[in-house]
Amino acid sequence: MTDLVDRPPGDEGPIDEAEGISAEPVSQWDLFRNRLKRHRLAMLSAGFLAIVISVSFLSPLVTCPKGEPFCDGKLLQHPDQKLPDETGRLLVNIAPRGSLPLGTDELGRDVLSRTIHGGRASLEVGLVTGLLVASLGTVVGSLAGYYPGPVDQALMRFTDLVLGLPLLPVAIVVGRFLPELDFLPNFLRSGPWGIAMLLGLLLWGSLARIVRAEFLSLREKEFVEAARAAGAGDRRIIFRHILPNAMSPIIVQTTLIVGTAIIIEAALSFLGFGVRPPTPTWGAMAAEGAGVAVRGFWWQLVAAGSALVLTVLSVNFIGDGLRDALDPTQTIERK
Amino acid sequence: MGDLLLEVDNLRTYFSTEEGIVRAVDGVSFKLDVGERRGVVGESGSGKSVAAMSIMRLIEPPAGKIVTGRIVFNGTDLLSLSEDQMQDVRGGTIAMIFQDPMTALNPVYTIGDQLVETIMLHQDVKKIEAREIAIQALVDVQIPHAEERLGDYPHHFSGGMRQRVMIAMGLSCNPQLLIADEPTTALDVTTQAQIMHLMLRLAADRGTAVLLITHDLGVVAGFCETVQVMYAGTIVERGKSEDIFHDPKHPYTWGLLGSMTRLDEAHQHRLNSVRGAPPSLINLPAGCRFRPRCDFAVEKCVQVLPALRDVGDAGHEAACHRADELDLINLVSEEVAG
Repeated sequence: MTDLVDRPPGDEGPIDEAEGISAEPVSQWDLFRNRLKRHRLAMLSAGFLAIVISVSFLSPLVTCPKGEPFCDGKLLQHPDQKLPDETGRLLVNIAPRGSLPLGTDELGRDVLSRTIHGGRASLEVGLVTGLLVASLGTVVGSLAGYYPGPVDQALMRFTDLVLGLPLLPVAIVVGRFLPELDFLPNFLRSGPWGIAMLLGLLLWGSLARIVRAEFLSLREKEFVEAARAAGAGDRRIIFRHILPNAMSPIIVQTTLIVGTAIIIEAALSFLGFGVRPPTPTWGAMAAEGAGVAVRGFWWQLVAAGSALVLTVLSVNFIGDGLRDALDPTQTIERK
Repeated sequence: MGDLLLEVDNLRTYFSTEEGIVRAVDGVSFKLDVGERRGVVGESGSGKSVAAMSIMRLIEPPAGKIVTGRIVFNGTDLLSLSEDQMQDVRGGTIAMIFQDPMTALNPVYTIGDQLVETIMLHQDVKKIEAREIAIQALVDVQIPHAEERLGDYPHHFSGGMRQRVMIAMGLSCNPQLLIADEPTTALDVTTQAQIMHLMLRLAADRGTAVLLITHDLGVVAGFCETVQVMYAGTIVERGKSEDIFHDPKHPYTWGLLGSMTRLDEAHQHRLNSVRGAPPSLINLPAGCRFRPRCDFAVEKCVQVLPALRDVGDAGHEAACHRADELDLINLVSEEVAG
């Protein structure tokens, strides 16, 4: 406030300087971060998810190579490793105990190691699907929202078509034939990336609609017209002036899609049409676990199931927190 | 009179709506000289803004369309330019300042970013140089601590300050023509005069011609050399400011002046309003468009649409059949006396 005194007076009478003062500029980004920090559940979830992500993706570094159970200095078993006891018999369906905190499954594999490795597949599907949906939905939605008329009509009718596809049946059928599609590169035919691609192609519709709606309202704003009057072209207006203002819903919706994708991947793997065994995924583990749980061996189902539920919950809480922080007008009052 | 800068010839801009074709600008022709300050006045919906948007070619198809006309700026017909060429004109040689400074700046960028962007779009300079130009532009519009304020976001500025930023942005590329579309309407009265004075002084310093669209006749009287009055998509009267204000020849101009508070007149008289409402631009009345609201209409006004023609002094034109016989300015005095 003190620096006001030093300001030179304008030669056309006093300028309303009082309205011009500000402390350190607070950017939208600062405001957003402060609001997000106050959202405790989202911060907690973010912490949890950070742990899940780092543990899952770092797990190969601390895993014994296949064929060498209980090697020194390594924490995790190879997910396919069947564990024998001293006499050479496989440790099948062992309940959790000291050296095997989550027990073993029907084939004698360490459930803890498989749960951690399985997280990688689930997270890969979630994140890759999210990226794919964000790019597809944003491109389609932007074009449809910015260019009214035929472009909009064509893109939106196509979006309606995609939204009209029954998700699980289509995913099951395509997932079933995915490994046999020779024209696809290998990494897409089996494993999480193929499923992610499939889900990405099925899930972008809702985001495209949201982005289109944002563009429809933003393109009428005066600052867009001012940008055009200052000589900005379509590309500059779309990417520099409209898109940054539409980021909030894109971020929130993409986060929620990540959670959805993880769930759907688990459902597909549970049904046997997702990521192929022996790659461990939470969905496949839950399916196997459900088979033996009826015989009292509950731990595998509980391990995979709770990992899945906690991860998806935290993703959704983060989405919640982001929405509250990015769009305070939609905040639901929490007691 | 100086060199010709802009010539608009028989401009017609129509909008197609559900109810029919809206003839927002219907045969407007005018010339603007280099460095001239022209006020454009008229009621809402008289086509002032649409005419300005047409010059910038910012009318959005498919709803709006420039049906006929030529807009010759510096010898080139703007309507014949490609969209790419037009982008160089916009913000480069013709700049525009909008009505509401609260919404005309992009909320997610600092004003420095936005100034630098505009400058780099039109001038072949490096970012560092563009920044220097931006700082100078802010200094010119008297924003204190210009260099520090570059990093501020639009919401850190008051309305008056934002309009200063808009003026800085508009003038940063030294345009030859500045179109200001009611630049002070959204501001409070105390800032209005400052902003208007600042804008017109800067334009005068640079020799920039100004097309000032406004409702405020007082502003026009004070700052503009020439005035054109628009009504229902046409120009009904134009001339030098002093001619228009002291000797209006069109009953509509007379009506507008009569509805204005005057502090320079000894007698305070009742403020008149122009009775009725502007006509629908879809179903225009036959003959003179002002006829249904005119106190002086005769039979001829019902049948023939009057064209703009010379009345009295040089450059003073009015579109009224009875412009020569009516002695409008003395009528005002009679009313005051009675």
